[in-house]
Amino acid sequence: MTELVPERYALAFRLYPYAKSPDQDAASPARHKIVVVGGGPIGLATALDLGRRGMPVVLLDDHEGAGLGSRALCFSKRTLEICDRLGAAAPMLEKGVLWNVGKVFHDDRLLYEFNLLPEDGHAFPAFINLQQPWFEKFLHDAIVQAQAEGAPIELRGRNRVDAVTPAEDHVTLDIMTPDGPYQLQADWLIACDGARSPLRGMLGLSFDGRVFEDNFLIADVKMKADFPTERWFWFEPHFKSGDSALLHKQPDDIWRIDFQLGWDIDRAKELEPANIRARVDAMLGPDVEYELDWCSIYTFQCRRMEKFRHGRILFAGDAAHQVSPFGARGANSGIQDVDNLAWKLALVQDGTAPESLLDTYDSERVHGADENILNSTRATDFITPKTPISRMFRNAVLTLAEHLPFARTVVNSGRLSVPCTYDGSALNGDDHPAMPARTRPGSPCPDAPLAGDWLLNHLGRGFVLLTINTDAPEQLDAHGVSVARLALEATPELETRYLGDARQAVYLIRPDQHVAARWESFDESAVAAALARAIGKG
Amino acid sequence: MLITTPNLTKPDETYAALIATHEGLSEAESHALNTRLILILMNHIGNDVVLAEALRWARNPEAE
Repeated sequence: MTELVPERYALAFRLYPYAKSPDQDAASPARHKIVVVGGGPIGLATALDLGRRGMPVVLLDDHEGAGLGSRALCFSKRTLEICDRLGAAAPMLEKGVLWNVGKVFHDDRLLYEFNLLPEDGHAFPAFINLQQPWFEKFLHDAIVQAQAEGAPIELRGRNRVDAVTPAEDHVTLDIMTPDGPYQLQADWLIACDGARSPLRGMLGLSFDGRVFEDNFLIADVKMKADFPTERWFWFEPHFKSGDSALLHKQPDDIWRIDFQLGWDIDRAKELEPANIRARVDAMLGPDVEYELDWCSIYTFQCRRMEKFRHGRILFAGDAAHQVSPFGARGANSGIQDVDNLAWKLALVQDGTAPESLLDTYDSERVHGADENILNSTRATDFITPKTPISRMFRNAVLTLAEHLPFARTVVNSGRLSVPCTYDGSALNGDDHPAMPARTRPGSPCPDAPLAGDWLLNHLGRGFVLLTINTDAPEQLDAHGVSVARLALEATPELETRYLGDARQAVYLIRPDQHVAARWESFDESAVAAALARAIGKG
Repeated sequence: MLITTPNLTKPDETYAALIATHEGLSEAESHALNTRLILILMNHIGNDVVLAEALRWARNPEAE
């Protein structure tokens, strides 16, 4: 019977084997509060965040676990901070490869090297490299842990959505399983079903943008090599294995190599192991022994849905927006979607906030997606020049970069993901001009060391009133929300990151650790007004 | 503000130096030199508003 939901790809980890649910024998469709479709990193993180906030959630996936292949590889500091809030970051950090140094080559010359120079006083590094199946496995481990602690999360493997019928206050899903079809209803549906999103297709929603005329080959090779743990990028490499090449280290002695192949290629031929080996041999030299672990060919695409919210259906991750991979802006931006959505949906679901709060998920994350698409498009235009003159300028920049430092700032082999600041969001409240720009309303809170602890550990469960060097009530209740105070004395890091030229500060911080508003001293009516605004009642 | 009034200290000498710099180069080498020169001068100017004005003049010398 299992051919009713065939496997489309092989699994790295079988995490949630199919088990028949009583819903499948129900006389009428069972009604659930929140259904998540898609068990990739974004779907798993959504279910985990909602479940930890006490929201009952059912996740449907047409497979039973994490697919093979390293795919999303670079996970950013902000992603690790969000995963830490979700109880999943420690094993990621332990397994992942830390790197800070990048080198840029043109032909056979080293042009320059850069250090991501992570600022001191943060719990997490700028980036780790970790294969996507491991990232998903650690999220799943955290779900199992959360379930044991009572989080109402249910995962249903081999449950494929075949039809979706939206209504005013719910959505009906037709689902196929190894035991045949059944129906479910959901108050809210979150579509995390990837760049080819079947749900998006079923609803006839468009996914507009640019496809770049280029193909990239990923070759993951397993070898004992003594290359340093750095990101090496070649423009027009001397070994002629592609128009550009990237070398990056993964856990388990595996190296990610990307080759730029051009547009007119024979995919099947390029994926033959002998042809991949010819490229890798030319790059590494004839004496290096390695095994091919996983290979894939992809094109650069930058596009997004016009809106991420469609009534009771919300799109997140690659289903909502897609970017080219140089810059690590795919999974990292999807995790920021989750971070933005979960607390809002929890407040709407329990009646504290109006439904319109979810429209700010759309506006804030469309802003984030546009920022990522802009950066990704520019990097792609630099890596793949479209005209002879743009290639001439690109190569002029590379020639100058070896000798003149200014040109290095123009070289673009991918602008690496930084968290989005929601400038101009309707949820942002009062600002204070003496305080640092990096913590203005809309910004993600930068971490800071506290005595034996980290600032971000204290933020993210609900709204928090952070006070530095000043007084305020221990708790504030307004508009159905309880705001707990976090009282701190200034440290050098808090001064630089939160006070600036001010002597003291009061910050209202959202459950996603973004700043809602800030003042020099506590004023109950100002804080209550900012809180109303931050939950969409302003 | 982009300076469009005379600003070269030695106009004739500077123009001659520009032409002399290209001596003996193929057309392709000259184009490559020009692109490098543009980038070096853009960095020296630095200001994006001034540069945007210069780009508009260069694209369309009559319409400005």
